[in-house]
Amino acid sequence: MNKIFETPLYPYTRSPDQGCTPVARRRVVIVGAGPVGLAAAIDLAQQGIEAVVLDDNDKVSFGSRAICFAKRQLEILDRLGCGQQMVDKGVVWNLGKVFFGDRKVYEFNLLPEDGHQRPAFINLQQYYFETYLVQRAQQLQSQGAPIELRGQNKVLQVQDQGDHVALRIDTPEGPYDLQADWLIACDGAGSPIRAMMGLDFVGRVFEDNFLIADVIMDAEFPTERWFWFDPPFNKGQSALLHKQPDGVWRIDLQLGWDIDKEQEKQPERVIPRLKAMLGDDVNFQLEWVSIYTFQCRRMEKFRHNRVVFAGDSAHQVSPFGARGANSGLQDADNLVWKLKLVIDGKAPPALLDSYDSERVYGADENILNSSRSTDFITPKSQQSRIFRDAVLDLSEHFAFARPLVNSGRLSLPCTYDGSVLNSADALPQGPARTRPGAPCPDVALENGYLLPQLGNDFVLLCINTPAPEALQVNGIALRPLALSCDPETNTALAQRYLGDAPAAVYLLRPDQHVAARWPSYNETDICAALLRATAQG
Amino acid sequence: MSSLILTPNLDRPDDVYADLLEAHEGLDKAQSDALNARLILVLANHIGDRQIIAEALQAAKQAGQPA
Repeated sequence: MNKIFETPLYPYTRSPDQGCTPVARRRVVIVGAGPVGLAAAIDLAQQGIEAVVLDDNDKVSFGSRAICFAKRQLEILDRLGCGQQMVDKGVVWNLGKVFFGDRKVYEFNLLPEDGHQRPAFINLQQYYFETYLVQRAQQLQSQGAPIELRGQNKVLQVQDQGDHVALRIDTPEGPYDLQADWLIACDGAGSPIRAMMGLDFVGRVFEDNFLIADVIMDAEFPTERWFWFDPPFNKGQSALLHKQPDGVWRIDLQLGWDIDKEQEKQPERVIPRLKAMLGDDVNFQLEWVSIYTFQCRRMEKFRHNRVVFAGDSAHQVSPFGARGANSGLQDADNLVWKLKLVIDGKAPPALLDSYDSERVYGADENILNSSRSTDFITPKSQQSRIFRDAVLDLSEHFAFARPLVNSGRLSLPCTYDGSVLNSADALPQGPARTRPGAPCPDVALENGYLLPQLGNDFVLLCINTPAPEALQVNGIALRPLALSCDPETNTALAQRYLGDAPAAVYLLRPDQHVAARWPSYNETDICAALLRATAQG
Repeated sequence: MSSLILTPNLDRPDDVYADLLEAHEGLDKAQSDALNARLILVLANHIGDRQIIAEALQAAKQAGQPA
């Protein structure tokens, strides 16, 4: 039987665009049917914007690759109509243990906060993640939404023509030309589009190699993230064990810099390493093995006129912290509503520059966090190893040292402090976590959760103050949502959205981030904030 | 806001100095380096103020340069 990642999911079929005269023009062309490209396409198509996804392959991710998906990303997937499927299949986990040498020094519990529909994290193989996105895209297509996946369509040339992007695409039946109003490049770390456009990509290369193995086994290990510094079975290096669905376990073993990659990938080298880790009596089977190195870097700019870069094509981080695929999904979430307003003529193209500034800010945050994790996990000097080991030794005995242990700072959504789209905080006595720029935290309400009621449109959330009728500002709809909150009975809503204020009005963006907030309703302020949030103020 | 104390502040400086030496007695270089690192981290946590620690780092660096 073929594995899920060996089965073509969107095999090549001839498109009417091939060989047609004049050259066909599509609204948005997305290059790359990975998590980010598929998410962007689904989001666009759900809102009626034509999206054509090109991929030089026709299958989902080979091997598990990205496996850790965070709560914010599940909330984004809920908006895309496929969050539940991911959660149902995924492995929910909260506990982590940290080992140093042969002893456990510290354990943590992500302690999910009450009142969130989604767990802090799930583990799910990237091939399942992509499969569900492909299925969702195909479902939308069957319902008549303007979305199309073109397998074995490899971009050969790309040219920005000012008012459109010209593409030359290779297929099994030969090349064809296509034009796009907008191009989103989600073609991964080695982005051919980036290379064809001759764009920069500078940053820090970490000189290390990691063996990554998916192992199928019936083992007694609990559903926890286990991380080892300098374990007896991998002296001087690190190791990670984490559970995925279907009895598949992810194992990462640091190998060091000076190794023969091809040789280290061979089963006769890999199996003894895994036996040393798991014990001789554990029966396991290798599903997938790879060796990776990584870099922490980003493009200087993510938007280049009509070509926009998202995900790994725009920025790369080390894998510690699950900040790769997770940040790519935030890119798509941030970009699509802006692109829709620009395409609909309701906002100027300058709105897309805020995608650049906000997601560059997010990328820098992720690069900072993942670089620091990497420096802790793989010390680059004798002195940094001395400090690292000192932290680990202390953490076994004293609580103060545990926050210094850095086996990965797990992905959290970015708060766009200082974004040009934010209006000044007019509710300073409100909670800091819902200040302008912040992603909305979820809350359990009497019937259901808050987040599913937000998103796709601008929403005016009115708590303990009457909501107006639906508003339109320059053709942009503003959907009111009124909630009453008794701080005695719904403490979560009060703590997350009111703070010390008796009432609050929030202007929320289509990506569920706060644009502005006030103590009460004032139409003039709200219109001004909405114009500002769409680059018109 | 408090700042780093760089005037004499130890009640019995000779005793504290002797304690430091005594702690390192019988240790090899690697063990001593590790002890110093643990000590720095314990003291940094006790200070608890990034600004003071930054000033301390600066003072320590400066004292290693010719005056």
